[in-house]
Amino acid sequence: MTEIIEGSAAGIAAQVNARQAGALEIAEATLAHVRAVEGEVGAYLTVLDDRARAQARRVDERIRAGERLPLAGVPVAVKDNMCLEGTRTTCGSKILENWIAPYTATAVARILEAGGIPIGKANCDEFAMGSSCENSALGVTHNPYDLSRVPGGSSGGSAAAVAAYEAAIGLGSDTGGSIREPGAFCNLVGFKPTYGRVSRYGLIAFASSLDQIGPLTRTVEDAALAYDAMGGYDPMDSTSINRPLEPTAGPWRDDLRGLRVGIVREFDTKKLGTDLDAIYQKAYADLERLGAELVEVSLPTAEYGVPTYYLVAPAECSSNLARFDGVRYGLRVDGSDVRAMYDNTRAAGFGPEVKRRILIGTHALSSGYYDAYYVRAQKARTLIARDFERAFARCDAIACPAASCPAFVFNAKSDPYSMYLMDYYTIPMALAGLPALSVPCGWATPEGGSLPMPLGLQLTTPLFAERLLLDMAHSYETATGHATAHRPALDAVRA
Amino acid sequence: MSVEYEAVVGIECHVELKTKTKMFCGCANQFGGEPNTKVCPVCLGMPGALPVPNAKALEHTVNAGLAFGAEIPSFSKFDRKNYFYPDMPKDYQISQYDMPLTMGGTVKYWLEDGTMRECRLTRIHLEEDTGKSTHAGSGDGRIAGSSYSLLDFNRAGVPLMECVSEPELQSAADAVAYLESLRRTLLVLGVSDVKMEEGSLRCDANVSVRPVGSTELGTKTEIKNMNSFRSVERAIESEIERQIASLRAGQRIVQETRGWDEVHGVTHPMRSKEEAHDYRYFPDPDLVPLEIAAADVERLRAQLPELPWQRFERYAREYGLGSRQATQLVDNVSLSGYFDRVVAISGNAQQSSNFVLGELSRLANEHDVAVAASKVSPEHLAELVGLVDSKKINSKIAKELLVRMWDGVGSPVAIVEREGLAQTTDPGAIEVLVDGVLMANPAVVADFRAGKTNVAGFLVGQVMKASRGKADPALVNELVQKKLSA
Amino acid sequence: MASDAIDIRYVAKLARLALTDDEIERFGTQLGDLLGHVNALSDLDIASVPATAQVVESHNVTRDDELRPCLDRETVLSAAPQRQGGFFRVPRIIAE
Repeated sequence: MTEIIEGSAAGIAAQVNARQAGALEIAEATLAHVRAVEGEVGAYLTVLDDRARAQARRVDERIRAGERLPLAGVPVAVKDNMCLEGTRTTCGSKILENWIAPYTATAVARILEAGGIPIGKANCDEFAMGSSCENSALGVTHNPYDLSRVPGGSSGGSAAAVAAYEAAIGLGSDTGGSIREPGAFCNLVGFKPTYGRVSRYGLIAFASSLDQIGPLTRTVEDAALAYDAMGGYDPMDSTSINRPLEPTAGPWRDDLRGLRVGIVREFDTKKLGTDLDAIYQKAYADLERLGAELVEVSLPTAEYGVPTYYLVAPAECSSNLARFDGVRYGLRVDGSDVRAMYDNTRAAGFGPEVKRRILIGTHALSSGYYDAYYVRAQKARTLIARDFERAFARCDAIACPAASCPAFVFNAKSDPYSMYLMDYYTIPMALAGLPALSVPCGWATPEGGSLPMPLGLQLTTPLFAERLLLDMAHSYETATGHATAHRPALDAVRA
Repeated sequence: MSVEYEAVVGIECHVELKTKTKMFCGCANQFGGEPNTKVCPVCLGMPGALPVPNAKALEHTVNAGLAFGAEIPSFSKFDRKNYFYPDMPKDYQISQYDMPLTMGGTVKYWLEDGTMRECRLTRIHLEEDTGKSTHAGSGDGRIAGSSYSLLDFNRAGVPLMECVSEPELQSAADAVAYLESLRRTLLVLGVSDVKMEEGSLRCDANVSVRPVGSTELGTKTEIKNMNSFRSVERAIESEIERQIASLRAGQRIVQETRGWDEVHGVTHPMRSKEEAHDYRYFPDPDLVPLEIAAADVERLRAQLPELPWQRFERYAREYGLGSRQATQLVDNVSLSGYFDRVVAISGNAQQSSNFVLGELSRLANEHDVAVAASKVSPEHLAELVGLVDSKKINSKIAKELLVRMWDGVGSPVAIVEREGLAQTTDPGAIEVLVDGVLMANPAVVADFRAGKTNVAGFLVGQVMKASRGKADPALVNELVQKKLSA
Repeated sequence: MASDAIDIRYVAKLARLALTDDEIERFGTQLGDLLGHVNALSDLDIASVPATAQVVESHNVTRDDELRPCLDRETVLSAAPQRQGGFFRVPRIIAE
């Protein structure tokens, strides 16, 4: 069983569909493994034993009835900002600590329909605001490759769960890099589809115009399988794109011949130090070796990504999070009148990062500042998207780092802005709505660390070019195989 | 010397649209019901829920705009209006800020005497309604002094259209006539029930006064809590008087919100806001823009029904009906449709109106059946009008006939023919009847001749009776008078 | 571009967040610092640039006026911090 659950989602589904393994067996094995490693990893806020078993039985029944399911029996970690009816859905926040979702998010429902087994609700930075998972108010998640380090964020729980074999697919959400960065930190493929490709219905909003659900997986093929299962138009989400979804999970191309890959002039990897520079230069060379033509492209406005993002996202979040007011659900801290109740509830329910973003966003939208901040940021967003358009006139995809460093130790970023800069390489794509993914591209032992930590190469393609994106990543993954170079540093896995 | 003042009034209406479902979700849009039973994740503002606009509500709003001749911009969008209130689930309201669905337009309205007037609209925009709060713990249900509030979200998310007028109305009567016209129009369009008592029409008034002849607007107050057209009229009147009295007393008008006190017939300043509202409007990132094609606008425009003011003008100008009758007809859409068919056949609008609004409406009320659904077809009523018109029957016979038609006897022409009910207009025949009556009542004749001229009516009645109602009453009267005076 | 100063008390009031004095000071400094970084955006020539509200172009997404099932009232009210009968209950509302 260990072999199966450490294998790919595609492998699990193949075995269950072929009735070589039962979904229930796999679920039990996964749950047992979760019990063994959770003490070290802390990926889940809620483990859904009963729910997992019930769903596994249903999947086994469907398979016996002759159905073939693309994710038959695949254990799934659901980021705890996605609703699953009847389960606690916290967003990593005290304000929702005991909230039971009365409905299921479209993306989650589609994964379950495709045969996925919900193992648990995974930890995340509170309301998906953060890059290390340290902003969760409800739990600490460790990086399975070095428990003294963060798993990345905000989808850190989903990433750690998949890296520690506690699931084969982790559902994450990416607003400024929250799938791609933890993907890079945890030796995974972290894939953010084009904005609007996966329904946001049931995803608890952070910044509505940026939020996008995507998978964290151990292989590119698994990411494609998950995306094919959950993507596509949803009439419950006005911003979901009504456009046919081309299957992405193969057949795969043999190499990258005929493709031009843009290397961004402004993203000079020398700035990242000798080790990382060498790794990224090697990655670019590998793309070339696979037949791609490397071309230099320019994203002159990309450096404005972080400031732009830190106006747009907080502005939207200040409004999105207003509803947590102690009236209809969630935490209430009483007060002498309703106004005091609001003030007290929100003061007690939100952590410091969420408060900071609500405050900055409220400020950016407030009378007298709206044009100077919010409108200006929206215009900068236009410029950033135009940069990519111009770049894609010269290339089919862009390659760059997914993060500026490997996973760091806990409490390393005490200054908020230094944490915000973690998303330097991932924010521009989010602002432009582009599909992008992080794929393992090498290992480096950070200064002061004793274990090699994974690094991620970020690939980006034009809007809706998910098929090309995954195809290229698959080709690179097959040719390099970086992900399998090391195993998680966990007792239960090493044993 | 005292300055003469004139009032300037603007009206802001909130109109709940008539749709099957709410603005952004599939919950029923229905008045009343058990609390919190028409709610879902979307209209309760639950985490993760997203809005999807109701196409019917958009169409209703565009239709309303078109009916008032508004411009329908090709681009429109929804914005978030951010403020905290317990009955507003998301603590922001999805509304429209700078790009509403319709811009401008004019409401044509008429006063009791039939005078037509106009008031321009600033805009009409679409938004979502809030839930309802019941203030408890104080006994009188008012917010002041209550110790807690109870919330029902059935109304939350109901499509709400806000119609804002320019400050162009000159009096309370103007304001009410404007509202009446707005209400009639929305009713004819089928976009709302527009019932103030159920809250599907709610309005606030902006009132200011200025010296006659001045072109500058005075400081305005906003009047709230008006629950009927009558209270709108009284509140505005009272506020105009208050402002004029204040100015005459050398005081200044304070810009404020005032509540109408129905019981005491005055407006009171409402507790002023703690801080100026800073609504932080921004485009709702959960919704995509609306692009309205000119072809769609033209299609909707072509489907507009005849509007109440147009119908009123037609009745008053073309048909020469009085303002009261014309208004009565305009106010009853199915009745006026019926009336139009009767006139189309009979060609006599006044007589048709008399029957439709008179005897026929009386019968309809008595039996609690709509005229249009009765057994009296417009064709048959037109026949009846024709019979009276050509003096074939007199009005008494006509009334009796109509009662029988109500019961379903069919064509009045056929009955008149079959039963020989045609009016007797032969002076010779009537003279014989008159002579007979006078001979049979010598005492009455003597009374008349002694000066009691009012007994003539009795004699005329006797002659009519003798003719079984068929004699031409005018002719009978003429002959009786003539014989008595002979 | 606006200044780096932020009126934390005013903004916290708008956002309905009770802040401690310590938080007011800390957030004031942190957010002033962030606004300093954000002011880099004034370098951009944006006069003739349209604002992007939605990055993927789309319009007129609507739904037909058709009923969908509502939530069960018990489910709804069981999440309420305080309820009374079929209603949600909140402390007194001070009229504004």
